[in-house]
Amino acid sequence: MTPLPGWAEAVVAVLLMLSGLFVVISALGFLRLPDFFLRMHPPALAYTFGSWSVCLASIVYFSMLEQRLVLHQWLIVIILSITVPVTTVLLARVALFRRRNAGVPDTPTPLSAGNGAGNGAGTKPLSDA
Amino acid sequence: MSPLLSFAIFFALGCYAVASVLVMVRLMSGPRAQDRVFALDLLYVHGMLVMLVLGIYHASDRYFEGALLIALFSFVSSSAMAKFILRGEVIE
Repeated sequence: MTPLPGWAEAVVAVLLMLSGLFVVISALGFLRLPDFFLRMHPPALAYTFGSWSVCLASIVYFSMLEQRLVLHQWLIVIILSITVPVTTVLLARVALFRRRNAGVPDTPTPLSAGNGAGNGAGTKPLSDA
Repeated sequence: MSPLLSFAIFFALGCYAVASVLVMVRLMSGPRAQDRVFALDLLYVHGMLVMLVLGIYHASDRYFEGALLIALFSFVSSSAMAKFILRGEVIE
């Protein structure tokens, strides 16, 4: 196992520290913002910059360590970029649904307000929400 | 391993620990259920990042599969919980 050259270690170190800073910033924003819809924004920093930096650092480190191109850490970036928007949109729908059922005044009304089918949230209110 | 790289690794791990504590405060005190579900999803991502950094620290490929599994389970559990809050049951 050959030791890494200095520039590769510097690149890996900078990427790791950048990822740590982004994750802390996103957690601070997640803790401090007042509303749920505002609070959904800062975790995107951890989902994108945090995980991209760590995956790039891992790619550089293992590529230099094994003296060949190692790309399988990129799978994590691909999986996160597919699954995270689905979860986020689902949770936004949940928050909107519960806010409508709670009767908060300035809540947007459902687009398909007349017919029972179609836009699932808000058309059939649950009693326990 | 050079001192710069080991410092960066421990700095990143410390940042993840601090961020996890902050998110856990939100998990404990979230006003509604969706806050708690979102905090749990964020904690899954922090655990995945810790696995990747530990893989760099030990220079081992094994941690990658764990990180991949954590990413997949995070999607499954968060979407199942969101569906449960939205509909009252997971599989209709």
